[in-house]
Amino acid sequence: MTTAKQSEPSEIELLLPWYAAGTLDARESQQVEAALANDPELAARYEWVRAELEQETHVSEVAGEPSGRDVKTLFAKIDALPAQKARASFDLGARIAEFLASLSPRTLAWSAMAAALAIVLQAGLLAGIMLKERSPGGYETASAPANVSGDGSYVLMRFQPQASAADVANFLATNKLSIVGGPSTGGLYRVQVAPTKLAKADLTRIFGTLQDNKVVAFIAATE
Amino acid sequence: MPTTSDEVLIGSIAKGDRLAMEELYGRYRVPVYRFVLRMVRNPTIAEDLNSDVFLDVWRQAGTFEGRSAVSTWLFSIARFKALNALQRRPTEELDDETAGAIEDQADDPEIALAKKDKAAVLRACLLKLSAEHREIVNLVYYQHKSVEDVAGIVGIPEATVKTRMFYARKKLSELLTELGIERGWP
Repeated sequence: MTTAKQSEPSEIELLLPWYAAGTLDARESQQVEAALANDPELAARYEWVRAELEQETHVSEVAGEPSGRDVKTLFAKIDALPAQKARASFDLGARIAEFLASLSPRTLAWSAMAAALAIVLQAGLLAGIMLKERSPGGYETASAPANVSGDGSYVLMRFQPQASAADVANFLATNKLSIVGGPSTGGLYRVQVAPTKLAKADLTRIFGTLQDNKVVAFIAATE
Repeated sequence: MPTTSDEVLIGSIAKGDRLAMEELYGRYRVPVYRFVLRMVRNPTIAEDLNSDVFLDVWRQAGTFEGRSAVSTWLFSIARFKALNALQRRPTEELDDETAGAIEDQADDPEIALAKKDKAAVLRACLLKLSAEHREIVNLVYYQHKSVEDVAGIVGIPEATVKTRMFYARKKLSELLTELGIERGWP
């Protein structure tokens, strides 16, 4: 059991706050109950846990409720949203807001990693095929098949979950990037890196610069 | 009358059902506000962030895949917004005037101690915790989130959730000790 001199808490001691809050499963609750019954020192410490829970509840509830202004603000914003959606493709603010909302817990991010990897792999293969099909130095018209996806050079990108909105906005502005699509299930965004089709060497250079940035978790070439 | 589940509401919200949005908002408006307020310690900012959280829910409901509970998703959005707000206002932690808006409920620790009111001292110490510790203490004690839920909201492993909560309690113990209340370890 725990003593005042030990440096690490026992597993049971770590669970006391959740036991007090009633959020342990039946098995863990029984373990804590048994430990409390057999360890008076632990039981004394549990009284402090209960006191903490009571006072945190007090602090939170005395803080009151929103004034009501939030209701008006929220639904006014919702009412205004269709107009925002109409110009969504280059609305950086809306894209950033969507990015923030799409930040799922890390566990979900890891779960999505496999899907993201599959998308990136597919994108890489497609990019490879497209580059291979292009004849170097050959003549191309604006309506040629190689350009059917539109002008510009693009990458697929996922941002670090820890990156703040300011970090992302600064990164996009500094590198003259525009989010033009996404996020997909894996949190991937389609980002325009140049308004024209870049040569492979130029794209590789930009690619290298971007992937070294701390806000970038994932980057892959795409058409 | 059976209550519509959060997941069903999110599905309706994804289709643009405003009544479903009002229902979900009614359920979570106050707990999310109180969580955000504990983080940012400014009622005006907390209220603005609260509506931003639900605006994101309206926008992103279609992307919700049900891999976590709706409330876990909601609180993770709220947390991220609160952390961003704190980042934009780095002096927030030391802004006593702002914090005073909610700290009126608790006496200054020294005054409370003089009154021999241990509950008031404990409240004052809870308010003095860091944002990281306020967050986890509120999620566990007030929002009644399980270890798994907190891990999902904060984005850390379950083992880290337990140790972070322990260190938050240890910090509380240190704050109490500074005020002459020795409660032992932690």
